[in-house]
Amino acid sequence: MPADTDSLPPFVTIEGLTKTFDQLVALDSVSMDLAPGEVHALLGENGAGKTTLTNVLAGIYRADSGVVTIGGETVHFRTPADAIHGGVGMVHQHFQLVPTMTVSENLFMGWEQAPRVFSTADLNERSAEIIEEFHLPVDPSARIFELSVGEQQRVEIVRTLARGAKLLILDEPTAVLTHEETEELFTVLRRLADGGRTIIFISHKLKEVLEIADRITVLRAGKYMATIPAQDATVDSLAQLMTGSDVSLDDIEDIGPAEVGEQVLEVRDLHALSSRGLPALRGVDLTVRSGEIVGIAGVSGNGQTELAEIIVGIREGTSGSVRVTASGTTEPPIPGQDGVGHIPEDRMEHALVGEASTTRNAVTRRYLSDDLSSRRWLRWGAIREYAKQVIEDGRVQVREVNAPVAQLSGGNQQRLVATREAKVGDDFLLAVHPTRGLDVQATVEVRQTLQRRRRGGTGVLLISDDLDEVLAMSDRIVVMYDGEILGRSDRANYDRDQIGLLMGGHREAANT
Amino acid sequence: MNTFTNIISTAIDAGAVIVYAGMGELLLERTGVLNLGLEGIIAIAAASAVIAAQWATTPFQALAIAILVGAAMGVLFMLVTVVFRANQVLSGLALFLVGVGMAGHLGGSVTGNPSPVTFEAVPIPLLSEIPHIGPMFFEHDPLVYFGYVALPIIVWFVLNRTRHGVNLRAIGEEPSAGDATGVSVMGIRAFYTVLGGALAGVGGATLSLAFTPGWTPNVVAGRGWIALAVVIFAMWRPWRLVVGATLFGALISVSFIAQDRGWDIPGQVLNMLPYLITLALIVLAVVRNRGTRATVAPAALAVPFFREER
Repeated sequence: MPADTDSLPPFVTIEGLTKTFDQLVALDSVSMDLAPGEVHALLGENGAGKTTLTNVLAGIYRADSGVVTIGGETVHFRTPADAIHGGVGMVHQHFQLVPTMTVSENLFMGWEQAPRVFSTADLNERSAEIIEEFHLPVDPSARIFELSVGEQQRVEIVRTLARGAKLLILDEPTAVLTHEETEELFTVLRRLADGGRTIIFISHKLKEVLEIADRITVLRAGKYMATIPAQDATVDSLAQLMTGSDVSLDDIEDIGPAEVGEQVLEVRDLHALSSRGLPALRGVDLTVRSGEIVGIAGVSGNGQTELAEIIVGIREGTSGSVRVTASGTTEPPIPGQDGVGHIPEDRMEHALVGEASTTRNAVTRRYLSDDLSSRRWLRWGAIREYAKQVIEDGRVQVREVNAPVAQLSGGNQQRLVATREAKVGDDFLLAVHPTRGLDVQATVEVRQTLQRRRRGGTGVLLISDDLDEVLAMSDRIVVMYDGEILGRSDRANYDRDQIGLLMGGHREAANT
Repeated sequence: MNTFTNIISTAIDAGAVIVYAGMGELLLERTGVLNLGLEGIIAIAAASAVIAAQWATTPFQALAIAILVGAAMGVLFMLVTVVFRANQVLSGLALFLVGVGMAGHLGGSVTGNPSPVTFEAVPIPLLSEIPHIGPMFFEHDPLVYFGYVALPIIVWFVLNRTRHGVNLRAIGEEPSAGDATGVSVMGIRAFYTVLGGALAGVGGATLSLAFTPGWTPNVVAGRGWIALAVVIFAMWRPWRLVVGATLFGALISVSFIAQDRGWDIPGQVLNMLPYLITLALIVLAVVRNRGTRATVAPAALAVPFFREER
């Protein structure tokens, strides 16, 4: 048990918590405590047991053994509703909101203190009061799907707070947020902690953890490693605790000069509309040559999604041209061309078939090629062999290759997609937020995969809202803002501040 | 009564079965459960009502039996789909076959005889004396009044103005979100499966105790399937369901009257008309609403709910 830095008795104690799924020990006798009014970060690789631990606290899983006390009392939550009664609220990584219903309806859903009968105006008014109370502005009459991701998260936080949560658990809350939204969230979390609530903050992002947390607990492979006050921790010491090795994100920063060849992507004066019918791209020009990584820096929602979808042929622009030059490409592009790899933004939507097995998902780009089938009859021996290779190369942790791929953790799904696509992307590889939500180890591996491709002569277009990633990986950077390219820079001339200004839409920064 | 008032009046009577069965199905589908077995429930309830009518002294007793039988079919479907989480499409088709088969068997002894007790039209004082309007809208049996006026008001109110309605709609869209916030997904789904069965039972009774009193094996004639189609046409909204049911009733009514008066249209075409037009309306409704998010089917429709699934 770590010594408590405060003189106050702990608000939550966890002792000897163990949880197994079939053969897998997800939590192995974990003990830790949480002080009242602290932001406590829970840090660990994918599969370290962070989500399992918090799911036990929130009543979603039941532990096999171990004791949890809250405010001095032993608790046994059997359902999420029990946990809510016990003052534990969880903001899930996948928001538990109904997209087609309004903010008010989502706030009052399943809440026995909601009025039995109400008018819409009545409900919106009550919601406005609650929203006001917690200073988290959002329009109560808006439908969830009309809100930004940050606003949706606010709805979730308000909902847990309104039900009297004393312990607030946030499962990777920043994975989907922009930089500005993350800063806002941190302000909110700090205010809540100062108000006496205890907050568990799950994250992979070491810098963020150091910024927001009072104390940091590290888990590795289901085991408790250590609890450290944030002021005593460094990025390197945390990374080492998490991985048990000296893997660091800095390891791949020296990428060496690019040996560029022929042009593989040419985008000329491209215009397009977003799904809502608003202008998303306003005259984008872009080229990628073989053997180089071109990074697109920019805050999410500035046209990157539309650009990526047009390049791989799942969306059409309104004017301009896109030409991908690869072994089997056409103009305009069609989805799934030979020689073109695509690591999409939304893996479950555009890369994986959730109910299909890991094996099948590993070969979806190649199963009709000559080595995996003959005259359209699948050769299962070869397919299993190929899938095994993808799984090994990507170090995908799979318990059962025939089980639905949806059962893999998000990190392992991403490794699978990245490896599969890199394998087929001989000429051109489009990587959109390839490491979003991945832990340090997996991030390094996915980045190494992209670098290997670059060295092998593939042209890579990297789209990411993580500026550090774009800076570390790219030979050239273009900055996108509001559907336009505001600035371009070569690796030799990177200026972090200037790029940051351009990402924020400060046009004049391009001239300095 | 002239031809037009006659068509409208008959249309409303003919649509009652769609209103009841459709309203139960609408509620059930809003919770995320699809019951394709309506036709079977209506059939077995219609036959049971006529059998009960042999000893019943009032039509309400026969109606009660029809409701019980419908609810029992609902319980069966609930056990299979909500508790054991079987595939809802296949289970629904099985329920349809079982219901129609059992109805034919049970109804054997009463086939072709008029029902001894029936629901009679109760003209509403004053209103029914308005020329034309009165006979069209205010001379119907009690089941019609309840189904066209009270039922949609209740359903609309529950869906849009109550806490329970919010929970109900939530689990039809995102059951895991409902579960995480304390809604009993299984409990609500179970309740509406049984209620949907009971309402389909009422639908069966409107056929065999009011519209065409008595039992013949083909009395249901696909109306359970039409009710399912009308729910889609209605975009899962109660008032649009009433409109759809009346529209379908009007098609049946036109074909009845055309045959009655010897209009020069082939009988097969007239019999086909309601089904063809329903099909056309569905296609129209789906095409017109394509891409608009607020009017599509409940997102979790026909998807069983498992808590520990990621």
